[in-house]
Amino acid sequence: MSILVNKNTRLLVQGITGHEGMFHTQQMVQYGTNVVAGVTPGKGGEWVLDGKVPVFDSVKVAVEVTGPNTSVIFVPARAAADAIFEAADAGIELIICITEGVPVADMMRVRRFLDQRSVRLIGPNCPGLLTPGEAKVGIIPGNIAIPGNVGVVSRSGTLTYEVLAALRLSGMGASTCVGIGGDPINGTSFVDVLELFEADPHTEKVVMIGEIGGSDEEAAAEFIATRMTKPVAAFIAGQSAPPGKRMGHAGAIIEGGSGGAEEKIAALESAGVRIARHPEEIPGLLNS
Amino acid sequence: MKLHEYQSKSIFARYGVPIPRGRVAGIAGEAKQIAEELGGRVIVKSQVLVGGRGKAGGIRLAKSPQEAEELATHILGMEIKGLKVRKVLIDEAVTIVKEIYLGITNDRAKRCPVMMASSEGGMEIEEVARKTPEKILKVAIDPLLGLRDFQARDLAVSMDLPKEHWKMFITIAHGLWRAYQENDATLVEINPLVITGDNRLLALDGKMIIDDNALYRHLDLTETRDLDEEAPAEIEARKYGLSFIKLDGEIGCMVNGAGLAMATMDIIKLFGGTPANFLDIGGGAGSEKVAAALRIILADKNVKAVLINIFGGITRGDEVARGILTAIREVKPKVPMIVRLVGTNAEEGRRLLANSNLITAETLVDAAQKAIAISKGG
Repeated sequence: MSILVNKNTRLLVQGITGHEGMFHTQQMVQYGTNVVAGVTPGKGGEWVLDGKVPVFDSVKVAVEVTGPNTSVIFVPARAAADAIFEAADAGIELIICITEGVPVADMMRVRRFLDQRSVRLIGPNCPGLLTPGEAKVGIIPGNIAIPGNVGVVSRSGTLTYEVLAALRLSGMGASTCVGIGGDPINGTSFVDVLELFEADPHTEKVVMIGEIGGSDEEAAAEFIATRMTKPVAAFIAGQSAPPGKRMGHAGAIIEGGSGGAEEKIAALESAGVRIARHPEEIPGLLNS
Repeated sequence: MKLHEYQSKSIFARYGVPIPRGRVAGIAGEAKQIAEELGGRVIVKSQVLVGGRGKAGGIRLAKSPQEAEELATHILGMEIKGLKVRKVLIDEAVTIVKEIYLGITNDRAKRCPVMMASSEGGMEIEEVARKTPEKILKVAIDPLLGLRDFQARDLAVSMDLPKEHWKMFITIAHGLWRAYQENDATLVEINPLVITGDNRLLALDGKMIIDDNALYRHLDLTETRDLDEEAPAEIEARKYGLSFIKLDGEIGCMVNGAGLAMATMDIIKLFGGTPANFLDIGGGAGSEKVAAALRIILADKNVKAVLINIFGGITRGDEVARGILTAIREVKPKVPMIVRLVGTNAEEGRRLLANSNLITAETLVDAAQKAIAISKGG
């Protein structure tokens, strides 16, 4: 079992004919993900992957013809917000945006728009999702994880792979791995995913990978302390990061005392979360 | 990208925010001339991209053009927090009756811009925020609706601004919001916004930070980037789309992904080593980018070992390997390099690198420990 993506996922790939889109569509199909269609404006009517996947000019038409329930976005940063709007407008309920470098003002408008509808966005600037043995939506290398009962949620991309690989090395598998992305404004938070893992009968333990900046980890600590029954282990990246050169007071006023690695670790520890000093310690913390 | 005070204020002025008369000068003689034009009494303000200029003595009052020249000479020779002062802004001096704070930034938790105002503006604003947070007023701005008149008026009312200034305050708040939105800023700040002796509102200081991800929409601003304020390696890194921060340690790091790059630094520290830099080659980096990254790392004379940690997802191991080979051919590095390559196309990458003189590692801990041993002369 799993959360968000599984054998019933019918995937649309926006930006399918691009360099990254093509390569990772191939990888997703090889993994067994049901990719039903792709979209690249101007390439409608073509077929890719040896004639297996049809390409459409718009999400609207792709939805009418092939009925996807999930979309993954590989378009360049300047077109990413528009691609999200297009998918939401066409009625897709789960959108995963891999694209890195989306302007923050674009993301604030996207979030505001999506919050008024029942659409879930994961990312941007994220590696996507992997439900081992069932579906891979995004760029997480499929072979680094095996099916299991550990739910993984992470703000980082490659650091997530590190943890999945460490779990696998200890013979532990993942129910679903969710990369929520490292941007200041994203679609889905730690708390959103922790809530799903808490409700998923096949997830027994959870790994959370956070990093410095923002207060999403502190919010997660609050949620874990009050609402979670399943054990959680965490790693927070950036403990050695030097304080940035800062200008202006507004950031400090808004974020107050939160944002640093120490504060996050303290908040999580007081919520009963076990903290790893480095990613390879995580399997041990889950087993003890 | 941070903008200087003089740049920020001139942008604010375009949106109807009143600023003092003044101009920027690069040499002291010019400062004197500007002071003469402004009538003698001026403020000489160092233009560097850090806070705390006033406390460092980089902002001074001159009572005459002669004194403006002397102060400019002094300030233009200063270093503030490691940054050399290359320009001074000469602004007309005004009498200050009251100092207000007004700023906008993104509130990550609320996922929208927030306008903040306080009747206790000035240098101690962070202190005010810490000790008496109720004196900082905040309004969340709907990113689809923008700042509304009533919100700006509420701020004016709540901070007991005299009624005669409401109209101008609302104009300034709107101007600041438009400057924020239309330029893709992540911070705009007027501190202080003052009520002058002749009862005007005037933005005495200005700060602005532009979202780097949105610079493609603001090529006019990109041209104003002050390269003097940045380390050459950081400029070079940006040219190739690399995220690079120089540190003082001995182990050069090249990693894909910011989280993994930070974790790599954390582990180096945890096992007793010191990272020489933070370097994220980003997702999907090609061989050209990798070669540039390696050149930048190897240019640092403190580096005694290089740790390359690539866990491929969107980045492909074979591309990274080609980049490493290109860089080795070009730079002919003398320091040992430890490579850990896993994930997408990692096997092909490792095959490409098999014949070069690199130390390989399986896990992150293994890689870090090997790099530390070498950097300590092992």
